[in-house]
Amino acid sequence: MNSSETVIEISGLSKRFKEVLAVNEVEFKVHKGDVFGFLGPNGAGKSTTIRMILSLISPTAGSIKIFGKSLNENRKEILTNIGAIVEKPDFYLYLPAIKNLEILAKISGKEISKKRILELLELVGLKDRAKSKVKTFSHGMKQRLGIAQALLHNPELIVLDEPTTGLDPQGVKEIRDLIIHLSKEENKTIFLSSHVLSEIELVANRMLIINKGSKVVEGEVNQLLSSKTLKVTIEVENVETAKKVLESTRWNNQIESITGKKFSINMENKDIPEVNKYLVENGVMVNALVPVRSLEDYFLTITAGVK
Amino acid sequence: MIFTLVRIELMKIFRKWRTYIGFIAIGILVPLLHLAMYLEGQNSIDFVTRGLRESFILVGNLLNGYWISYIILNALTIHIPFLITLVAADLLAGEATAGTYRILVTRPVSRMQIVTSKFIAGMIYTGSLILWLAVMSLVVGLIIFGSGELIVAGSQAIIIFDKSDVLWRFFLAYGFGILSMSVVCSLAILFSSLVENAIGPIVSTMAIIIIFIILSAFDVAILRELKPYLFTNYILSWREFFNDPLDLTEIAKSVLILSGHIILFFTATSFIFYKKDILS
Repeated sequence: MNSSETVIEISGLSKRFKEVLAVNEVEFKVHKGDVFGFLGPNGAGKSTTIRMILSLISPTAGSIKIFGKSLNENRKEILTNIGAIVEKPDFYLYLPAIKNLEILAKISGKEISKKRILELLELVGLKDRAKSKVKTFSHGMKQRLGIAQALLHNPELIVLDEPTTGLDPQGVKEIRDLIIHLSKEENKTIFLSSHVLSEIELVANRMLIINKGSKVVEGEVNQLLSSKTLKVTIEVENVETAKKVLESTRWNNQIESITGKKFSINMENKDIPEVNKYLVENGVMVNALVPVRSLEDYFLTITAGVK
Repeated sequence: MIFTLVRIELMKIFRKWRTYIGFIAIGILVPLLHLAMYLEGQNSIDFVTRGLRESFILVGNLLNGYWISYIILNALTIHIPFLITLVAADLLAGEATAGTYRILVTRPVSRMQIVTSKFIAGMIYTGSLILWLAVMSLVVGLIIFGSGELIVAGSQAIIIFDKSDVLWRFFLAYGFGILSMSVVCSLAILFSSLVENAIGPIVSTMAIIIIFIILSAFDVAILRELKPYLFTNYILSWREFFNDPLDLTEIAKSVLILSGHIILFFTATSFIFYKKDILS
């Protein structure tokens, strides 16, 4: 399989739960080697789509092809090459971590040695707790065990549904580094869902935004994000001077809020150095310039553009 | 793959505390019954044989391990089904409660294999519980009370079996008990496939058993016609093995009907689970 080959091909995918249309004719492709960000607010239909990709729920309409084969007709063969974490990581709490992995190894469709299981426990930092029952684990530890079970059978495609939910900053960083490692070093294809844009921005090369069950936008992360407006928080020594300096500029109307020594301006990514230079040249001491791009803001920009 | 899945299911069953409730309950109840029989058993024997004693002289050890096992086997109606349901109702619903459907169903095993392995494991558990009952009631009973002739009060006659003619009847009766309790196990698994918590299937299975038993007990014309369709009507057919001569037609009919119920419940569970959206 070369890098242009399609790993996931979704066409016209819909799912209806009685009166609720959870996913509405979604279409997208994920190519080999992609870290594909699947982005949307809570309740957008991300988990429902992921559950359909993993055959946990059946679509009302549409087709799912993975590795070029229909999921419906080749479910077992396809699942042999997929590792996944769906929402929160749940295990048999009354069994030790290693026993949980041994059980899953036996039904993974591949020969998995005990050495491999121990290596994975070491990779996720749980080797010392291998024999502890999962009920004694924290959420973060369960999440790491979830990563280990997803990698157990060395799958080509890894599906991660909100893998950083409930983790502390250190845990979030570890997961992010692991995703980058898997993508860059092990050439895995990763399908990563999140409702946090910055999380996707840091690791994904392509992304799709879904809202109310429908696709909003899809494309290269750099291209999608570079042309859009950011909210930039600027911290200065004297906010009044800064305001006065900006009065005659095109950014004046974009000032959104002022709190203490900080004020926020909506601007494009490329304008950030220009604003910084302008303020400094006009005698304003700039302490910090922090671009913040929340999913909500970006999403509003996108939908405003669509309208 | 199915053997692997069954082994995994058995490991899951026997690593759970609730699995041992049934074994502990039998381990406590049966010795208590033994004690009660040791103290009061002769009165029971005298009550059963009061008519006979007017015309015959009864000799030998009638209060023996066989007779006590025969009495205890009657627990198959309500008590043992409850202990089986405790575990069987958790087999599928427990995965939903724990959220482990997600790690199980996303593996390359078919849903049919998952259901099949749960049924087989559930039946192995059922079998082991009945065997434990056999050990506790028959083996321990024989050790404490010794062997002897078995006196059985049938619907039309009192039959006394020679002690050399009893053991094989118990083997078959316990075998039949495993079959009839497997129907209970299958029904609990069927209900377990519908919900995400084991409480509902436990209550539903027991409610069905109790309702069916009550319906069977009423000797009214309309309910009499309903009786052949109630599986509970065949649960106590192990008593047929303590008839002389054996009514093989009746035994075969009961075996077929109970086996039919297991197949029916298995098919329904497989269909439901195949169609089920895993949302837990």
